[in-house]
Amino acid sequence: MGFLSKFFGGGNEGSSQKAKDRLKIVLIHDRTDISPQLLDNLRDEMVNVLAKYMDIDTNKIEIDLDHDENAVALVANIPILRIKRGKVAEIS
Amino acid sequence: MSARVIVTTSGKGGVGKTTSTANIAAALAKFGKKVVAVDADVGLRNLDVIMGLENRVVYNFIDVIEKTCKLSAALVKDKRVPGLYLLPAAQTRTKDAVNPEQMVALCEELKPEFDFVLLDCPAGIEGGFKNAAAGADEALVVTTPEIPAVRDADRIIGMLESMGKSPIRLIINRLRPNMVQDGDMLAKDDILDVLSIDLIGVVPEDESVIRATNNGEPMTMTLDSPAAHAYLNIAERILGRDVPLMDLESYATRGFISKIKRFFSGKRKR
Repeated sequence: MGFLSKFFGGGNEGSSQKAKDRLKIVLIHDRTDISPQLLDNLRDEMVNVLAKYMDIDTNKIEIDLDHDENAVALVANIPILRIKRGKVAEIS
Repeated sequence: MSARVIVTTSGKGGVGKTTSTANIAAALAKFGKKVVAVDADVGLRNLDVIMGLENRVVYNFIDVIEKTCKLSAALVKDKRVPGLYLLPAAQTRTKDAVNPEQMVALCEELKPEFDFVLLDCPAGIEGGFKNAAAGADEALVVTTPEIPAVRDADRIIGMLESMGKSPIRLIINRLRPNMVQDGDMLAKDDILDVLSIDLIGVVPEDESVIRATNNGEPMTMTLDSPAAHAYLNIAERILGRDVPLMDLESYATRGFISKIKRFFSGKRKR
């Protein structure tokens, strides 16, 4: 039986599961692909919002997309110099 | 009369856009609608040969846009089915010969004359796609059950959504029920899972497609093959009729050797 099974191409898993898994990962990455221009715009707008609440060190901001196998995250590292305590109440 | 303008597109080439456009156009005409299939693939025209009308092409839609001829002179009437027309592409021009505004104007000119304007879009995401999509209200996205085609379809769906096309519906073409049963091909639901878009039909792999192309006669004109039925069903769904999906399992016929193979490989339970 083992011989026959080998002879007739048995034992191979169907390849569609592999296709499905690969497709999902490809799409996760495709859908989160961001142009440098868009990332710059995002950075500028984020800085504007944050600046209402705190002084930030704009020279040391790092914003990027962090890709791993199954997910993509927006990772922002923004050093804070000082929180504007009085201002928050005024704004809101 | 104000036509519904539908673009057939895919991103990836060779998945069956033109075949789909020709068959759906012929099917809609068989249902008594007045239909024009527009070949928007400037420079690489093929809708004329798929429809078997290549010998009757005189003018093309660039001539209409540039006012070298009247619209009525460029339209090729299909004598086999009443109400079916082709508006050919120019073969000796490039895609830069048209811009989206001109395509929109052309569609506006066609709308009062027809029930349906089907635009056969070129492959790719550049100018040719943008021109064809500009004139359309609705979209049909064609894909095959393979990673590259589904990936490109995803990209195209995103672009069509941002252009405000609605509804955008999916045709899964060239599905092989045997291979799906054996777990060797992406199934309909696998594709719908990742694309999250409405399905309008599944067309099985079918040798009749090649014969129909050889003969220059869209399959839906004669209706003697599984693919023809699938396209006819798609046309009915476009008309808003509730038609159940074909039972593709019944087309998964197999020979004796493949039955034995399946027995020994343990794939029969899938």
